[in-house]
Order: sequence, then structure tokens, then C-alpha cells
Amino acid sequence: MHHVVVERWSRRESPIHRRDARAKLVAALAMIVAIATTPATHGISAAAYSVVLLVAVFVARLPLGALVWRAALVLPFTAVFALASWLSGDPLRASALVWRSYLSAFTALLLISTTPLIELLRALEWMRVPGFVILIAQFLYRYLFVISEQAQHMRVAARCRAGEGHRLTFGGAAAALSVLFLRSYARADGIQRAMLARGFSGHFPTTIPTRFTYNDACFGALAAAICMGIRFAQ
Amino acid sequence: MHIPDGFLTPPVWVTLDAAAVPAISYLARRARTEIEDSRIPLLGVMGAFVFAAQMINFPVGLGTSGHLVGGALLACLLGPAPAAMVMTAILAIQALVFQDGGILALGANVLNMAVFGVFVGYLPYRYFAARHRRAAIFAGAFLSVSVSASMALSELLLSGVRMGTGIILVSLALFAASAIIEGLITVAAIEAIERLHPSWVRSNESTGTPAFAAVGVAAILLASFGVVFASASPDGIWKLAEQTGIASRAASLVETPFSGYSLQGISNSWMAKAGAGVAGVLLIFGVTLALGRLSRRRHVVGAERKGA
Amino acid sequence: MTPLIEVDDLRFRYDDGTQALNGVTFRLYPGECVSLLGANGSGKTTFALHLNGLLSGTGRVTVCGLEISKDTLPQIRRKIGVVFQDSDEQLFMPTVLEDVVFGPLNMGLTAPEATSRAEEALERVGAAHLRAKAPYHLSAGEKRRVAIAGVLAMEPEILILDEPTTYLDPPAERELARLLHELPQAKLLITHDIAFAAALATRAVFFESGRIVCEGPVDEVVARYDWNVRL
Repeated sequence: MHHVVVERWSRRESPIHRRDARAKLVAALAMIVAIATTPATHGISAAAYSVVLLVAVFVARLPLGALVWRAALVLPFTAVFALASWLSGDPLRASALVWRSYLSAFTALLLISTTPLIELLRALEWMRVPGFVILIAQFLYRYLFVISEQAQHMRVAARCRAGEGHRLTFGGAAAALSVLFLRSYARADGIQRAMLARGFSGHFPTTIPTRFTYNDACFGALAAAICMGIRFAQ
Repeated sequence: MHIPDGFLTPPVWVTLDAAAVPAISYLARRARTEIEDSRIPLLGVMGAFVFAAQMINFPVGLGTSGHLVGGALLACLLGPAPAAMVMTAILAIQALVFQDGGILALGANVLNMAVFGVFVGYLPYRYFAARHRRAAIFAGAFLSVSVSASMALSELLLSGVRMGTGIILVSLALFAASAIIEGLITVAAIEAIERLHPSWVRSNESTGTPAFAAVGVAAILLASFGVVFASASPDGIWKLAEQTGIASRAASLVETPFSGYSLQGISNSWMAKAGAGVAGVLLIFGVTLALGRLSRRRHVVGAERKGA
Repeated sequence: MTPLIEVDDLRFRYDDGTQALNGVTFRLYPGECVSLLGANGSGKTTFALHLNGLLSGTGRVTVCGLEISKDTLPQIRRKIGVVFQDSDEQLFMPTVLEDVVFGPLNMGLTAPEATSRAEEALERVGAAHLRAKAPYHLSAGEKRRVAIAGVLAMEPEILILDEPTTYLDPPAERELARLLHELPQAKLLITHDIAFAAALATRAVFFESGRIVCEGPVDEVVARYDWNVRL
């Protein structure tokens, strides 16, 4: 599964992995904003952004091929609209759609591949995203593994019962969905029980703050400067 | 339909991000009054459930199958404000971890699916479930998917993504088909859940105000007229705005530093656009900051009350 | 010696009408490890959930001299640590360390105090090297040890363990038995694993239809009900 692989990458060791999530978030945002605002005619800028991203992949010691392929998941969606633009006589916009969406997705992928999601959520909280949403996302991600595994087991079990070549009926799928819901609900009850048993007092305790170092500040500033530099260079 | 980055033009994504921020802050506060902190894990688990539920394929004939989107289902199970929070968290995880939907386009996706999709999905359930339960659930799920999708389509059109009338009609037909599938799945799922445990589906009388009904109706109108207007303007929102004279009026209200997305006094157009983009980000940041502070202060008060 | 836990005539009925507890009277003394045996649905877990107020029926429950009520709950939950059957439900925080500090932070300790307690507890269960890991990257045995650390960090006087050997392979089970044996707390052990119970428990009680029908040494209780099939 995608998130298992990405999660493993995000816990590797490299000069980029070591940087504070806030610095990386700022850097990624600078890159994505630069990409989004680069005029469609500046194909050369696209090449420059690609070089920066490649260098980052190299420094982060991540598998380039796998990243290139995974970011390409955005392309089928893009292709439809790029084709439509092309056919209506706007090849420039078509190519800009492709490189903008691909490079943005690659940047986001690079961010999550070098930063564990939970640190990224903390960084978003620092950017004043409501804590309520952050907590929900945190629990969602924690139980995403558990519940999708359960769904997969159910799928295997359903296939065993139905036999090869038989598809699940609509009613059968609805029943499976309701059982999955029931189990998820029971699990939520179990979690709540475990929380109360350990003295949950009505609000989540604040987490231990991480240190934002001089190196982190330099990294964020440098990355933002490079992105803006490319954006404004002729 | 998750919009990736690179599709929306800066004026569109900046506006939608700026609109999503207060909407989410407000809904977060509202959801917090309905849901105790000790129930937050339930919301997270429900988000994971919707993710996992998308792995279950529903055969819909002709050898094809569909899967749940979940906005209306969550709204019926949790109530609209908590459901909107769960959908927001889902979209955030999809954008950050799966690159499904863009980062700058997150505001657009959140408004389309988590805010309007959920509220529209709850609307028929809130008002008609007492007498026409099945029809109400179906209508909610149908509207949820079709409104979200049409809004996404209008946003793309406003950004100047070119689509011929034929393509737009085909897309609308596809939206309608997937909306019907969503309706069927949601009805089947809710009825199956009720058979297992009747009390888990929320009673439709418990929440809802005229204000939220207004949000829903506005979303439906916006979505249906949005496509028509947006497709009438192939060069995007600014051409349309110029034609209708909205631009000049809007400029005097909000767009003064931005007018036409270029800072005045800077002749270089791309520099101006980039500057405006950065200013937009700063604006969003400022608004988020202010709202975050505000809601945080309330959270502290709320936490003390709950902690007592 | 005053008992740590005193339960008198505890009765409880679930919302759906099931009479889960039907007059349970029980004592737990310091240093004891009591094994709760009985078929599924006989009321063992329901009973355990009453001991820290997660459920409340009629009858009297006293923990370390405190009668259970809304006011005493925070203190009682500090004194009783519950290790639930499903570690995935117990380890709900994103990383091991954050999970283990959850209890101490709820007790009102400062972040550094809570962290040092958590690290001590992780050390105690031999899981210090896992501190930065996410719970879903742990094996079943590691999850169980971290769950125990999360409870130990609150420095409880009593441990309740609900089916602690679930999903564990034999080496992990032996490891767990050794760990539990070393811990000084009084323990309540809910289990179907007779060998595990026999290795740890000082006595056993047998639940049937929501009441304790027999108590004594583990092998006697087991033999009397012919509940265990000799392997």
C-alpha cells in the first residue's frame, strides 16, 4: 500500500529528513506557489524546478524511480484536461497543465517522503490549522492502517465464500460495508475506553515541543529563495 | 473529483483557500460543541472507515462497479458539522500522503466536498427523512456528489481550463451516473447499518438551523449556475468579470492591492502575479492565524468547562 | 492486611437487557496475582471494567480504600492500570513515546517529568529502543510491552490485564510472563490461557453467568470445572 511505503521513506535518515517539519513545509509551499504562478510560456523554469527537486531527492537519498512513478499518479486526471486543451487549440496551456500538476505532486510527495505525517500535522498546527481537524487527521492516519487491513481481510473472506469468478452482489457489498462500519464503531469505543482508563481529563495534553534550529531556518530560507529566484529569473 | 495543483489559476485558488479557512474554523468550533473531546477518536476512525470503505466495490451492472464517496453517509451518521470535519481531515490526508488533490487546491476541494458536499447531503435528510426516508437519503447522496463535482468543474472552467460543450455535457452525465450510484450505496449502507444497530443512525431532528439550510441551497444554486456561467467564459473568471463589470466594482472592495491579480505600480506582469500570489498566501496565513487564535481561546475555555 | 480491591454484591445489566453481573463479591490483596477464568460472556471483562469506573452497576466497589464515585475516579484510575486485549485500541497516539506520556500528562505532570517517567517505564519493559516508532510498525509482542509501559508510567498499584497473550507467539508469551512476574504490583489476569495463568497466578476465580462460582489455586479451579483440555 502506498502509505506504508511512504511512511517508511519518511522515517529514513538524511540531511533533509533531519530538518524541522516547519522548515520543510515552508520550502514545499514556496515551491508549489512558485510553480503555480510561473507563466505557461516559461517551460525553462519548469526544467529548473525539476533540477531543484532532483537535487533534493538525491540529498534525501530516496529512490528516484519510485518517486517519479508515484508522482505520475496525477497524470491520468491531468491528461484528460490537457488533451481537451490541446484539441481546442491551446497546446501551451496543455503542456503547462501537465508540468504544473506533475511538479506540484512531486513536491508534495517529496515533502511527505522526508517528513513523518505526524510531524507535518504538528507543523500545520503551528500554522494555526484548527487543532480539532489536526486531531481527527491524526487518529484517521493512525487507524487507516488498522481498518484498511480489516477491509482487506473482509474482501478475502468474501471472495472465499463467493468462490472464484463470482462477484459480490450489491446487497452483499452493502452488508460488508455495514459490518466494517460496526467494527470501526466498536473500535472507536475501545479507544475511548483506553483513553479514559489512562485518566483522559477532557482535553488532549499538549505535545512535547520540537526545537527549531538555525539550520532549519537556513534551510527554509534557502529553499524559498531558490524557488523565488527561479520564478523571477528571465 | 479531487482537483490537483496546477489547474486552478491564482485568483481562483487564493479566493477559495481564503473562503475555506473561516468556513473550517467556524465548523470546527461548531463541531466541538456537539462532540466531546473524548469522542474525537470516533471521528478519526470514521475517516479511516470511509477510506477503507472505498475498497469495497459495488457492482452496478454492465460489468462496472462504483464505490462510496461518503459525504452524505457521514452527515447522516455524525451530523453535518462533525461530518464536514471528518471529510476535511480525509481530504488533507489524501492531499498530503496520497497526492490525491493539490495542496494549494485544498481549499477548493474542502469547500466542494467537505463543506458543500456534506451540507447538501444532509439537507434532504434533515427536512424530508421523517416521511420519505429512503428518498431523502438517496437525494442527499445524489446532491452531495453532483454538487461537489459541478463545483469542481466550474472552478476549472473559471481557471480557463478549456473544455468544449460536448466534453462538459459528457462530464455532467458522468457526474449524474456516479451521483446515482452514490445514492444507491448510501441508502443500502444506512439501511444495513440500521438493521445491525438502529440507534447508530442519527435522528434527523437533532440539529440544523435555517442558516445551514441556506448554505445547502446556496451550494446547489452555485453549482448549477456555476457550470453555465463558467463555461460561457472560456478565458476564465477575469474576462467574465470584465464583461459583467464586476471586476471594477470588486476591485474597489477587495481587490485594490491585487486588481486583476497584479500589484499596481509593478509593470512586470509575471512579477506582479507572483507578488500577488505571495500576498495571497500571506493573507491566508494572516486570516488563519487570527481565526486560529480566536478558536484556540475558545477551546481553552471549552476544555476547562469539560475538564471540570 | 487490608484488601486493595473490595467488591460486594456487584450487579450490572447492559442496555440490551443482558444481565452481565449477578452479585459478584471479590477481594484482591497486595502482592496477589488473581486469574479470572470463565467462558466467553461469563462477565470477566465486564467485571474488570467496573473496577476503574468505565462501567457502573449496583453494589459497592472500593479501590485502595476509595469508594468509586465521580470525585474519586481520577485517583482510582491512577491506582489501577488496565492493559486491554486489543493493543491497537490501547496505543492510539502516533508514536510510542507520545503514547506512554499520555497517562502521566493527564495526571498533571509537566512535560519533562512525564517524559522521564515514560522513558523509565519503556526501559522497564525493554522497549526503550522503540520510543520514536509508530505503533503500526511494532510486532504484537512489542505492542503489548509498550501498552504495559503506558500503564506503568502512571505508577499504579494494581494491574488489570485482559487477555494479554492474544496474538503473541510462544517466545513473546514467555517474555511477557517473565516481565509480569518481575512487576511488584498486584495483578488481575483475565485469560483463557491456563498454562499462562498457572505460571503467574497465586489463585484463580471462576466466572459463570455473571457470578464467581469457585475460587482457589489455579489447577484446582480448572480441574473442578474440567474446563481445560490437557495438551
